Amino acid sequence: MSPPSRRASWILLITLLSGALVAHAGDLLMIRSAERFPEAMMTLQNAIRAHGYTLSRVQRVDLGLTRSGYKTDKYRVVFFGKAGEIHRITARHPELISYLPLKLAIFAEGDQTLVVGANPGRFSRFFPAPDLQGIFKRWEHDYRAILEDVRHAE
Amino acid sequence: MKTLPSLVTMLVLAAVYVLPVRAGTDVTGARLYAQNCAVCHGADGHGGVGVPLALPAFLDSVSNDYLRKTIRYGRPGRVMPSFAQLSDAQAASIVRYIRAWSKTPAPHFSNAPVRGDAERGARLYAVQCAACHGADGSGGRGTGVTFSRPRSLPIIAPALRNAGLLAAASDQMIKATLNNGRAGTPMVSFRQRGFSARDIDDLVAYVRSFASATSTTPKASAAGPAALIFDSPYNLEETVKNVKQAAAGKNFRIIRVQYFDQGLVPKGAENTKRVIVYFCNFPLLNTALTIDPRVGLFLPCRVTIVEHAGKVQVMSIDPKRLSTLFNNEELDRICDKMTHLYRDILEESTL
Repeated sequence: MSPPSRRASWILLITLLSGALVAHAGDLLMIRSAERFPEAMMTLQNAIRAHGYTLSRVQRVDLGLTRSGYKTDKYRVVFFGKAGEIHRITARHPELISYLPLKLAIFAEGDQTLVVGANPGRFSRFFPAPDLQGIFKRWEHDYRAILEDVRHAE
Repeated sequence: MKTLPSLVTMLVLAAVYVLPVRAGTDVTGARLYAQNCAVCHGADGHGGVGVPLALPAFLDSVSNDYLRKTIRYGRPGRVMPSFAQLSDAQAASIVRYIRAWSKTPAPHFSNAPVRGDAERGARLYAVQCAACHGADGSGGRGTGVTFSRPRSLPIIAPALRNAGLLAAASDQMIKATLNNGRAGTPMVSFRQRGFSARDIDDLVAYVRSFASATSTTPKASAAGPAALIFDSPYNLEETVKNVKQAAAGKNFRIIRVQYFDQGLVPKGAENTKRVIVYFCNFPLLNTALTIDPRVGLFLPCRVTIVEHAGKVQVMSIDPKRLSTLFNNEELDRICDKMTHLYRDILEESTL
């Protein structure tokens, strides 16, 4: 491949990747998956594990939704984390305990599924300690990667 | 070079990535819409967490300038964020893409101000508009159509006092909406209902008067600690019991008690000095979901009890602080109440 073609390929690749970023709504990270809820939930759990996290729990928060007239009862919160990392961080910063483990909310919207998380990168507003900032950035990076995996699953 | 993707592969990927795109539509706009808007407004513009955009009654009554400015300023406090990071060209591409959902050409409105009597307009507003748009112009409740309202009722009465709306809508556009209404929505034609040109001008003047009390600049985040933490004079077990009693006393149902690291570490290896009490008030939960479907990030309600070096503490998130991430004033109000409730529970359990 000639140098100009190579350059064009890279430019196009970068353009594609930049277009594939997780949409942000303010300080939240959010994606829409074309998969139905059960498949998207499975994809999300696999993506969380693939990025090195342990899934600690899936919490239903939709009990009573259908009783209250909603057409969906597909709303869950998925908790996850890395035990060693959480242990180390909360030993130094117990004020973070209430925000951990990490979590993503997933809910059905018709035949599609939405996944949303508070952007961990924005936690720096809440917890300005310098030693936490790199961790928040890494969590943000991981959130984006996990959400991209879910968004692209078909 | 073998490690480089071939140009052909890239072009195929590009084609796949932008599809499905309607023939004759703005490809850049489609990509930008998919990237920035579809997650809330739906891939086809039929709404979700955000309001539906692909409604003829809506598109036929708003100008491209209004749409561009809405992208630029968002709706402070009404979920729709500002996309100030997009260039003018990118915003224009998105508008072209959205506009293609309507077969009717975009209306144009002049920027000529409407002169009217705002005080008289206020009296008319109280009788004719406040029922839907709110007495103070704060708009209909909820966000889009995910949980806020039936999909058969996709319209949400806009917050007329919202700085983003007032920056986007010209006087002439507001006047045209009052004159013509929006077919198929509760917004009727005031002209057809017998309102005079003067009445309508006075209403426009009143709506415009909201602008003096609003700003498109986002509010600064509340300062202070993001976690509520209280020292407990009791031991861990007694404090857990107290938290459960205090939460029940505030009409929450205890749904689960578990160790903080349960599920993260092998069973039996949990730190038994960190306990989470989960609780829920289902009516409150359902109310919160109608206000913002993303509210699951607060759920379930929880207090954590921690014993360290012989000292016991109870702690929770501060919902008021977390709410600042959501750009939703209605949610802010509920979270303000939740912060008080959490404080009460933490205080009562450590008295």
